[in-house]
Amino acid sequence: MNTRTDRRIRVATGIAAALLALGFLLGGFVVLLAVSPQAPDFAALFSDAYIRAIVGFTLLQAGLSTLLSVLLAIPFAVALHRARFPGKRLILRLFLLPQALPVLVGALAVITIWGQSGVVSQGLTALGLPRLDVYGLSGILIAHVFFNMPLAARLFVAALDRVPTESWKLAGQLALPPLGVFRLVEWPALRPALPGAAALIFMLCVTSFTIVLVLGGGPAATTLEVAVYQALRFDFDPSRAIGLSLIQIVLTALVLIATLILGRDPAGGFGLGAKARRFDAASRVRDMSDALIVTLGTLFVASPFAAVVVSGLAADLPRLLTETAVIDAALTSLAVALAAASLSVVVSTLVLLAIEALAQGRRPGRLSRVTRRSLETATSLVLVVSPVIVGAGWFLALRQVTDVLAAGPYVVVATNAVMAMPFIVRIVAPALRQANAETGRLAESLGLTGLARLALLDLPAMRRPLALAFAFAAALSFGDLGAIALYGSNDFVTLPYLLLQRMGSYRTADAAGLALLLGLIAIALMAVVEGGLAGRRRRPT
Amino acid sequence: MSQTAANLDGGTVGEEPAPALRLEGVRFAHGAAEMRFDLAVEAGEWLALIGPSGAGKSTLLDLAAGFLTPASGRILIAGRDVTDIAPAERPLSMLFQENNLFPHLDAFRNVALGIAPRLRVSKDERAAVEGALSAVGLDGYGKRLPAEMSGGERQRVALARAFLRERPLILLDEPFAALGPALRAEMQALLARLRQRGDGRPASVVMVTHHPEDAAEMADRVAYLEDGEIAALGPAATMLSGTADPRVSRYLGLARKNV
Repeated sequence: MNTRTDRRIRVATGIAAALLALGFLLGGFVVLLAVSPQAPDFAALFSDAYIRAIVGFTLLQAGLSTLLSVLLAIPFAVALHRARFPGKRLILRLFLLPQALPVLVGALAVITIWGQSGVVSQGLTALGLPRLDVYGLSGILIAHVFFNMPLAARLFVAALDRVPTESWKLAGQLALPPLGVFRLVEWPALRPALPGAAALIFMLCVTSFTIVLVLGGGPAATTLEVAVYQALRFDFDPSRAIGLSLIQIVLTALVLIATLILGRDPAGGFGLGAKARRFDAASRVRDMSDALIVTLGTLFVASPFAAVVVSGLAADLPRLLTETAVIDAALTSLAVALAAASLSVVVSTLVLLAIEALAQGRRPGRLSRVTRRSLETATSLVLVVSPVIVGAGWFLALRQVTDVLAAGPYVVVATNAVMAMPFIVRIVAPALRQANAETGRLAESLGLTGLARLALLDLPAMRRPLALAFAFAAALSFGDLGAIALYGSNDFVTLPYLLLQRMGSYRTADAAGLALLLGLIAIALMAVVEGGLAGRRRRPT
Repeated sequence: MSQTAANLDGGTVGEEPAPALRLEGVRFAHGAAEMRFDLAVEAGEWLALIGPSGAGKSTLLDLAAGFLTPASGRILIAGRDVTDIAPAERPLSMLFQENNLFPHLDAFRNVALGIAPRLRVSKDERAAVEGALSAVGLDGYGKRLPAEMSGGERQRVALARAFLRERPLILLDEPFAALGPALRAEMQALLARLRQRGDGRPASVVMVTHHPEDAAEMADRVAYLEDGEIAALGPAATMLSGTADPRVSRYLGLARKNV
């Protein structure tokens, strides 16, 4: 086998793998549209006041969540970057955690802190003020800010870290006042990071399912995703579910296109920060306000974690941990997570090898460039077609031929696998690219092909990031509720699903215990990933 | 040490002015290596710092400017102890190799920052800024952004700002290193002209350089740094001739001539 044949095989398997993923993502709807007697009537959908209200609320909550997250992240990032105290790195690490926390656990924690019998409400009653009502728009916003403000803040701190040292020295030497530093140094550094961060957060909030499911209140506070779920699980109104799903797909596609036009990959620049040395002129007022902002922001992000731990420990953990339902759910979750992670890693690797083979081509033509771009896009398409929508498509399609719930586990595993793909690609691609840049030509000149090349070049380079990606994918599907929500049944219960059930039947103590368990496992897995990736960054090149 | 005693009063001994910059037993840990500096730059002097990379040349400037804090020792500028004083309050201007300008401000405003940190300039200040720009040969460049200027023009803007600030000490961290030989000589000549101020003594200059010929042309004295300390110090001509110190000759590549 010569190297050209080898490359062709790689490209072909990669394309096959990508088509498999795409086929799964869109397959349900394609089947559905093919067998349904008439095309969905969009005009009728949009004249439905209920649906218009849902679309309106979806956009409203996403817009407000984005605005609040970004507006709060700016002063926090600026204050944190400027302030000098020993715990800075720790705070930035804390701000990683919301991304690792299963959304359902986060939503429960927000209720524990901000709910009607939560800590804040108790404080308000002590002052003779009314309790907070967390259900509805306000709760959704609090939860979205909890998950996304830290993300934005980290992006902004990374942007401030990219300011050249000389600018901080200059600002110090010229004795610029705080506002001057903001106007001349900080704002120009933050501004380019804004559109990307806002677009990313808007996208996450438009497709947010779990938070709205738990914290939304009735038809007035429902998003498209939750409406699809309700149309299928409660009202069983397939035509409405199809219509809502299509609207959601079009909506997210539009947002994604807007993101691409804004033209930045916001997830690209994370730093642990705290590197920059600054020489701001002394100012007591500024030091005090910095301390206040950093404290409030840190409390806001840390308090839900504390709530999970405190109320989780108050639950009857020994009983919970020996309960058959809990053990079964944990084992099911484990099986789903391992299967999804394995599947995801295999499919992503095949696609990545094809992308790299196309990039290595001696004379990359137009066709190979287009193919490569398409493969790269395919891996992140899952950002547009969210788990609930994928699940809904297959739910409706499978209903025609088989017992939907019997097929549930397969659909959930596949959905979780596809969900993890964009992240796996991002974790593994740089290592593979570097290995090919360093030794690709050597392999070529030695005529290494097929399994030999895989074993000598690709796998050694990818082994560590692949292991990390596997842990990431497992953590992601371990905590996911979106896919299981539609397919869960008495015979198919994962930990998040069990948690949702206990919350629904007001077994609050049980829910708190399960939340602690779920949060600990997911965060432990993510910590492994973070530590591993940080280790790779530290290694000298 | 009578001079040190005089310096504590911030004054001078008779006609002898206090050194423009004085580092007394300054120690600074730089990773595993420790740097130790003792140095006096005379008022009105032009001192060149040469030596291999990592020897501590830029560290010395950063210590003087207040961007680094010494573990021990004292730093005095014109006789005043500035060891614990913020960079903004030290009477000096520093020019870096790059990023001397804020990229989104035009040349006028970049210069104006030197006297008006809030960028509100009076009529007199406006005239002063325009005068500074014209002194560095950039008449009519006020509205240009750094991206629209050449590397040499950008450093001229930085020079204009430094001289508008009228600080008695100028620290140069290789601001001309990226320029060609002719342009480098031209910039140094400009600097030499600008530092001659109306009221007597010229501003003192401490310059890090990798080009011995620059030092030969401009500097009164040359300090050679190696392994975090000043290994040799002397008049420029002697230091650069290869007769001063074997280490300097080795660095300059003149060792064979010496044997």
